[in-house]
Amino acid sequence: MRFGVVVFPGTWSDCDFHYVISEVLRQPVSYIWHREANLSGYDCVVLPGGFSYGDYLRAGAVAGRSPVVEALPEFVARGGLVLGSCNGFQILCESRLLPGALTRNDSLQYRCQFVHVRVDNAETAFTRATRPGQVLKMPISHGEGKYYCDGPTLRSLKEKSQVVFRYCEEDGRLTKDANPNGSLDNIAGVVNEEGTVLGLMPHPERAAEKAVGGIDGLAIFHSLLASLVEDGTFLKR
Amino acid sequence: MTGAEPKVTKELALSHGLTAEEYDRIIRRLGREPRFTELGLFSALWSEHCAYKHSRVFLRDLPTQGPQVLQGPGENAGIVDLGGGLALAFKIESHNHPSFIEPFQGAATGVGGILRDIFTMGARPIAILDSLRFAPPDDAKARRLLEGVVSGISWYGNCFGVPNLGGEVAFAPEYAGNPLVNAMAVGLVPTDRIFRARAEGVGNPVFYVGAKTGRDGIHGATMASATFDEGAAERRPTVQVGDPFTEKLLLEACLEAMATGAIVGIQDMGAAGLACACSEMPARAGTGMEVDLDRVPQRDRGMTPYEIMLSESQERMLLVCSRGREAEIRAVFAKWELDAVEIGRVTGDGILRARMHGEIVAEVPVKALADEAPVYEKPTARPDWQDALEAFDPLTLPAVAPERALLALVGSPALASKLWVYRQYDTQVGINTLVVPGSDAGILRIKGTGKAVAVTADGNARQVYLDPRRGAAMAVAEAARNLAVSGARPLGLTDCLNFGSPERPEILWQFKEAVGGIGDACRALEIPVVGGNVSFYNETLGQAILPTPVIGMAGLLEDAEARCTQWFEEAGDRIALIGPDAVSLGGSEYLWALHRRVAGRLAPLDLDVERAVQGACRAAIEGRLVRSAHDCAEGGLAVTVAECCVSGPTPLGAVLELPAGGDRDDLALFGEGPSRIVVSVPASAARAFEALVREFAVPWRWIGRVGGDRLVVRRGETPLVDLTVEQLGHEWRSGFARSVA
Repeated sequence: MRFGVVVFPGTWSDCDFHYVISEVLRQPVSYIWHREANLSGYDCVVLPGGFSYGDYLRAGAVAGRSPVVEALPEFVARGGLVLGSCNGFQILCESRLLPGALTRNDSLQYRCQFVHVRVDNAETAFTRATRPGQVLKMPISHGEGKYYCDGPTLRSLKEKSQVVFRYCEEDGRLTKDANPNGSLDNIAGVVNEEGTVLGLMPHPERAAEKAVGGIDGLAIFHSLLASLVEDGTFLKR
Repeated sequence: MTGAEPKVTKELALSHGLTAEEYDRIIRRLGREPRFTELGLFSALWSEHCAYKHSRVFLRDLPTQGPQVLQGPGENAGIVDLGGGLALAFKIESHNHPSFIEPFQGAATGVGGILRDIFTMGARPIAILDSLRFAPPDDAKARRLLEGVVSGISWYGNCFGVPNLGGEVAFAPEYAGNPLVNAMAVGLVPTDRIFRARAEGVGNPVFYVGAKTGRDGIHGATMASATFDEGAAERRPTVQVGDPFTEKLLLEACLEAMATGAIVGIQDMGAAGLACACSEMPARAGTGMEVDLDRVPQRDRGMTPYEIMLSESQERMLLVCSRGREAEIRAVFAKWELDAVEIGRVTGDGILRARMHGEIVAEVPVKALADEAPVYEKPTARPDWQDALEAFDPLTLPAVAPERALLALVGSPALASKLWVYRQYDTQVGINTLVVPGSDAGILRIKGTGKAVAVTADGNARQVYLDPRRGAAMAVAEAARNLAVSGARPLGLTDCLNFGSPERPEILWQFKEAVGGIGDACRALEIPVVGGNVSFYNETLGQAILPTPVIGMAGLLEDAEARCTQWFEEAGDRIALIGPDAVSLGGSEYLWALHRRVAGRLAPLDLDVERAVQGACRAAIEGRLVRSAHDCAEGGLAVTVAECCVSGPTPLGAVLELPAGGDRDDLALFGEGPSRIVVSVPASAARAFEALVREFAVPWRWIGRVGGDRLVVRRGETPLVDLTVEQLGHEWRSGFARSVA
């Protein structure tokens, strides 16, 4: 009945997710060390941002083969939810839990800035508290966030409504200017076919308090809480 | 192997950067010729970089005391009390020479080094800042250096996971052969968990932890203690190579190991590596140390004891743990997959004794290395160029049309938005950032307390060049003002003193005067110096940089909600200028940007007025009487107000009404002077604001009103500026990228 926040060597958004879940949402949460392969005590596993294993080789490549990530398919198969943000998204793509890949930003530079993303699928466990077309403002912080996949994969993603978030202007228009890294089709976040594994480049945990980054990121957490409550698997603390 | 080492001679000592007198002094102290490794130890520990030989006599006069000071100069970082059981550790340090030789790694390892200085005290880093100086960006090499330095800082800080809260980028031709890269780090530590770099407890084991030792950076400290010639590129092997991932692991492992209570003392291996740590730690504690160099984890094969002791490989620490608790240390470092090897023990004889292959390779009193470097009081002389600089009257130059000058200034690389730089830095990790770079100071909340910390790093080398004493005092005043306009009370400062060769009397005069000015301002504003760094020999081919003291400062907001930013927020608010009218074009950005001159006299600085102005501004912020407050600095009043208009989330216009007077328009608009703050006041708070500034007895006046989509400046009946906010904003936003990209 708990959130678990995975800690790889080099992870740094772990404390931020932990803080938001425990201090803002007042929900039970604990850290999961990367060598842990038993995820039976969790309802939702968070793969946070950072530079797991220094992002050496490729961003997320080493973490994608760690014991905790190798335990994820089984966790997901038994109904667990996985939220990967930033480096977590990169890890989910590297481990093939999500299609596509995240490559070097078009600018060839790191980018830390606020972006707007449009909700393209409000039916997932991560977006059910939002409206379709709703625009959320959240920060990004990455050097390798340019989403890419091949043509057939993109068609399939669209057919199955797996594209959840797309970079947009404040008013929801999808433009080249609104795309901070050159992602294919302005894609900022995708889910697996079942809608239980979300990867996104923005940082919802950095937009969970009014004074620090605004509260648009809370929509994702609130969606998760609602999902867990309705499933009957979630107990309030 | 040691048998193959070179014989130590006076010539060899000279080639190590020691003087003949220093070499004789070593022989007298040891009562014999030093061994080769010992010569290496002395040359590193007695280098200017480590020993402050030329600066020590002047630094003694700086005020370092205060009720809030928990740790002053002399440790890895200074620490000030935040109340409630929490303290702030912070320090600034230069990495100028390495960054010129190899900008990316030089700047990256500068960040790495200063971060270790913070977490070796037990503090978790919560912010970094960087103060950078290059030749003007019309020079391709300057652009390449800037790009390399910024990406190096970005890479290291982002990967490590610490937000960058600000700093500055400035340009002058004098930095062409010697750019400046000063990095500051700030950390949070419980007051009962502060660690110090002391090797206490005879018999306690000494552990080497972190990355392995390689041949990189050997004699970096000595390199940083010499001027550059044409052969600078050949020194590339003296630059260290950073690994922020390992540093992140080292941070987590060190903090976790500290929490066990098994650690007695800990020091980072930065400049002069093991040599420095193995002598300074016992010297501070009045002990000695024995180390077995065969046990030092090594990345290269066949390293000599000399190389092992002097390597500046990054991401390493030396720690002393309580005897009997070694297993706890080993377990923590094993979890983080880092080396933790017992390489020696603390002894009671005051000697650093290093062995390799069973043979003694160094046996030197630790105090001789750490405390007995010669202290020089070299001659100083006021440079003959000062008279001509002071005699110059900027008003003999033709005035530039106000609108053209204003657009040129807001779009100049010095004053334009630095978004191009800081969008490459993570500014938010840790979710404490209340104010990101782009206002006068960065502001971080302290979770669970309702308090916040404001941080800034600032300097103005042109002003110091024209008048080192007043200019340096102005730098301190401006850093404190940056905090005051954010609502914070300064707790302490750390200074990075970048100068040319102290062996030249004119340079040492600049240094002496500047340190005097810093001391003046610190005493008047009651801000202690809790640490810092001196970087001499910033010269290439005899061309010294401008004298550049950079002031890093941290302050406290008891109420995080009572924070303030620089930009206008509401149409209809009244605009006031708090502070004196006295300004000068001497040393101003206007004089440089429009006339390419650095000359003239500075406006007067009255530190009592400065103190009152800052107090009034803070009180007005605390009383919620102002909606914005901005330090009136480079570019003068016109640029300051333009920044208030364009730098916020919603750009807003303003109308300024300046009194008709005798001054030339360019002086009134772009003249610079200390102790000046532009605030915007809600109309409903105007009377309370008036009462408050009168109570503080500070000079002040209403100068205009926020609103509309234009910046209009009138002087009496004469319109001087009438520009759209859109046009000003465009220049300000695009100016930097246009210059550097």
